[in-house]
Amino acid sequence: MDREILISVNAVSRYYGDHCAVNNVSFTVERGEVLGFLGPNGAGKSTTMQIISGVMTASSGSVSIAGFDIIDHPRSAKTQIGFLPEQPPLYPDLTVDEYLRYAAQLRGLGRATAALAVDQSKRRCGLENTGRRLIGNLSKGFRQRVGIAQAIIHTPAVIILDEPTAGLDPIQIREIRQLIKELGAEHSVILSTHILPEVQTVCNRVLIIHEGRLVLDKKLDHMQPEGQKQKMLISFKRSPSAGALAAIAGIDGVEQLDPQRFRISFNPDADVLDALMQRASSSCWGLCAMVPETDSLEETFMRLTSAELAINPESTGTTA
Amino acid sequence: MKAVFTIAAHELRRLFKSPLAWIILGIVELLLAILFFIMLSQFLNPAPWYAGRGVTEIVAAGLLQIAGIILLLVTPFMTMRIFSEERRTGTIRLLFSSPISITELVLGKYFGILGFLGVMLVMIALMPLSLLLGAPLDLLQIGAGLLGLLLLMASFAAIGLFISTLTSQPAIAAIATFGILFMLWITNLAANSGSETFKAIFTYVSLLNHYDNLINGIFISADVIYYLIIITTFIILCIWRLDAERMHSR
Repeated sequence: MDREILISVNAVSRYYGDHCAVNNVSFTVERGEVLGFLGPNGAGKSTTMQIISGVMTASSGSVSIAGFDIIDHPRSAKTQIGFLPEQPPLYPDLTVDEYLRYAAQLRGLGRATAALAVDQSKRRCGLENTGRRLIGNLSKGFRQRVGIAQAIIHTPAVIILDEPTAGLDPIQIREIRQLIKELGAEHSVILSTHILPEVQTVCNRVLIIHEGRLVLDKKLDHMQPEGQKQKMLISFKRSPSAGALAAIAGIDGVEQLDPQRFRISFNPDADVLDALMQRASSSCWGLCAMVPETDSLEETFMRLTSAELAINPESTGTTA
Repeated sequence: MKAVFTIAAHELRRLFKSPLAWIILGIVELLLAILFFIMLSQFLNPAPWYAGRGVTEIVAAGLLQIAGIILLLVTPFMTMRIFSEERRTGTIRLLFSSPISITELVLGKYFGILGFLGVMLVMIALMPLSLLLGAPLDLLQIGAGLLGLLLLMASFAAIGLFISTLTSQPAIAAIATFGILFMLWITNLAANSGSETFKAIFTYVSLLNHYDNLINGIFISADVIYYLIIITTFIILCIWRLDAERMHSR
């Protein structure tokens, strides 16, 4: 049950000229955590990931991987890192086998261990039958897999994936998500994405970054806000009035979306749904759908990233 | 140092996977073969001013002289993509996130390209050496000349390697490298008009001037050191440049 900290980011900032891409970001990641990195375009996600993986250096602040500072002990730190950039770093004129062997040797594996690592990594990423094909001839999905295979080939403690599921078809996305979950069991994984449900299915912790600053750092189990109302979308064939719905004990809010559909909010502790169903069947409302609203992450995301925009002129004025 | 070997082997393998390497080898060999044939037939029908000069001096030294000029034109095409392409395709991030130092990376790339140029050198050397079948040769003069050609190519490659770290467009790297090599060559000519010291300095800076000594069988350690300084300088510049890129770039 050791809670080993594998990634520690301390007050990292990065400037491009006068533009501040990453502003004083700090967080730590433990072994076994899958961290989702969210943020609008240009928020500084890729920059932060490149700083963590040693591709760029931070303007100020420090990063350490498995206890090794990435600037002072780059070799020890980087053997623990597998990095998949936004654009997979592939050589189109090599075959998958050649490329993976090269990646393994770059990470310091010997010739014999490299061959084993290539086989294992191919198996994990579903590339068994593509070993002899040229990377340039592979489809986007397979290239993405080769990119992931390259990142995990030396079984690093820390895996950093920048938009690993971008451009994949739904089946591939599901496979990759499954793979990430498996990897998360024994490594630390940081992944960035634009797809909010992906974070909910794969990650157990989420960071939201906006205009270079960390605006949220939460375990995902806590994402369903405690004490807050649970929400549900319901629709009827013969709609009651909003007032009739609100009259049911336990329902705190009713919002009519269109003649057939309502959004209700209620206290999850009370047996509201039972009461609602009884009332619906006795009054012949023709209840046809009840869908729990699970987009609380999306709400949080929108609230944090758009609210920031609105108050931003004042807040930057005071912090500067 | 294992990483240097890994990168060098990878670089060499990729070079020979591309048609560019084969085409360059083929064309250089073809051009030199034609010139070799012309020089050989000139030697067999001697003009009066050839008097007293042997086959080594006329054919072998002449061939190496021209090989130096052809390589000046060709090396930029070999070095142009070394770093610029890695940057354009993003593969440089694989290298930067791997546990290798920038020095190992640069040396690996450099030895990779030297390996290719070594193959070229052997192919060029085979031509004058084939004369051994029918004529006595001054092997020491040819040896000095080949050493000179190796150093010259190594200098071209070091300069090209550095230029390729400056841009992400291979074509720009090629033309810039070519421009610089050409300038370093013609400073020799520019020196002909001017004062005595001016002339001395510019002649000394010229890349090909030191090569002429070696071709003619005159081994002066200063010439060899001149090339080694050029190579070291540009490799160090290359390392600095890549280091700085991680600090400031994009």
